[in-house]
Amino acid sequence: MKYYDLLMQDVRFREASTACMNCGVCTAICPAAEFYKYDPRLIMNIVQSRDDQKIEDLLKSETIWYCGQCMSCKTRCPRGNVPAMVISVLRRFSQELGFFIESEKGRQQFAVKRTVGDNIIHTGYCVHVDKVSPKLHPEQGPVWKWYFNNAEEVADRLGANYNKDGAGALRKISKENLDEVRKIFDVTGGSQLYENIEQFSAEKAKSLKMSIDKEGLNNEYFFHTYIENSNNHQK
Amino acid sequence: MTEKKHFWNEYQKEIADDNYFYERSCIRQSFFPGSETAFLNILRDELGLTIIDDPNQHTCTGIGYHSDVVPFETTMTVCARLFSLMTDAELKNYVPSCVTSFGVFTEVVETWEHFPEELEKTRKFLREATGREFKIPENIAHPSDIIYKYRKELKQKMKYQLVNCHTGKPLNAVEHIGCHYGKIFSKHAVGGAEFPQVLAGMIEEWGGKVIDYPERRHCCGFGFRQYLVMSNRGYSVANTKKKFESMEPYKPDFVLTNCPGCTMFMDRWQYTIAEMEGKTYDDNQMGIPVLTYEELTGLLLGYNPWDLGLQVHQVQVEPLLDKLGIKYDLKDKFTGKSGTYLGEPEKPEYLKVSYE
Repeated sequence: MKYYDLLMQDVRFREASTACMNCGVCTAICPAAEFYKYDPRLIMNIVQSRDDQKIEDLLKSETIWYCGQCMSCKTRCPRGNVPAMVISVLRRFSQELGFFIESEKGRQQFAVKRTVGDNIIHTGYCVHVDKVSPKLHPEQGPVWKWYFNNAEEVADRLGANYNKDGAGALRKISKENLDEVRKIFDVTGGSQLYENIEQFSAEKAKSLKMSIDKEGLNNEYFFHTYIENSNNHQK
Repeated sequence: MTEKKHFWNEYQKEIADDNYFYERSCIRQSFFPGSETAFLNILRDELGLTIIDDPNQHTCTGIGYHSDVVPFETTMTVCARLFSLMTDAELKNYVPSCVTSFGVFTEVVETWEHFPEELEKTRKFLREATGREFKIPENIAHPSDIIYKYRKELKQKMKYQLVNCHTGKPLNAVEHIGCHYGKIFSKHAVGGAEFPQVLAGMIEEWGGKVIDYPERRHCCGFGFRQYLVMSNRGYSVANTKKKFESMEPYKPDFVLTNCPGCTMFMDRWQYTIAEMEGKTYDDNQMGIPVLTYEELTGLLLGYNPWDLGLQVHQVQVEPLLDKLGIKYDLKDKFTGKSGTYLGEPEKPEYLKVSYE
């Protein structure tokens, strides 16, 4: 199957990419284009060229990982296209096909999966106070460190129900509810995507002779994908 | 000179007036749990409204979805499970506490409207995974929409106004509505994407002055994977810096935010920029306080700042409290639920803090 036809299988791609006229408004408004060598207009151009080789190059590129998903392009496109959504679909297939490990920025999906991805399955939260450690988040500052170290006292003073049964902020999400979330991931392809990210990342870690472990953050490949910046990705 | 035309009057959304299902935000309950508590208290105690806080809820997966580790089909079905909880509670008005979630839910419902086969697929997935059924909400409103809707009623109960008690002049406020509130589907934002009024309406109603600065609609810099991965965080702080440089000449007294992520980033990156570059965007080296709309509403209603959670902000809020004329007890600031004094946080090297 041609890559363009593959992209068309995703309803978001059909909705987000219809006759781009390459005016460049998306690039003009894009925060990522200001920070990175990045041009969403060019990505729309490549995708609608339907050129198989060019789309494969895109799926293996650094470029598709620069978008910050702010969706400013959605508001501004005079044709109703959504480059950020096209990016999201490209990222989906880059991960399904294993192309994401070909780029430094793509390989970071492993770090995202091991943090946010695993948080969802294990805790029921994308982000939870216990998972935002000062070690991984020095930018959070000393007040966060104080809150993190006194989480139950501080959160519960503010009306939370920290890691306890029942309703409320930061409550413990019950096994029954987590099981249902897990089953949803199983039947909808979420668990398969996690497995893809793990499997291709394990192959890359092996080729780099780095430890990866089956879960958790205490391994070389996690820190490689989470911290390292070659400053050479913007070719 | 004729009065500036209020274009936003032409872009009003329908906001349900009572009987809400509340969906908590991963970021808001982690970083600003007092804001969610305040919102529920304001609705129940001040406005006499009904809002359900279901213990069986969970993440909408929004951060995972926008950082591309969660497929759209999964996100749609997780959202459907949350809608099934609302359906079980016999409610029709859905209130997600996070702007990312708000964007996700509006996107999911919009997709179902345009592609009915996706709705049927989602129903099948949810049935297969959980045996649950669901109804689509009749109304989806962000909590700030509800505060905006009742801003005049709340003003009647407020003990303070957004006025400098020393000069009698309105306080200068920067408002930041968050990208996913109005940029994805502008019809779901009060005032649309061009003239969003949800926070500006609160500020103006409560006596403050809204600053219109060049980068008012620029992203806070979250960028999902651009923040979640440490080596990408330059993207995030650079965007926040751009906003603060743009607002600095207008001397804001505070920043009011819609999205809990934006609140956190605009607070924390001020600390980071101060420590990295020895630069703050105020005159006193303390930074510009960044508040959630729940915190601001609670403050003006006379709630204790330390019960609202203003002590968990890195940029200290006391200069703003002083301008508002709000009294506070510094001993109470770092006291926990048990009444135990928890000690003070460490002090930053450059950014000044009120516990020095």
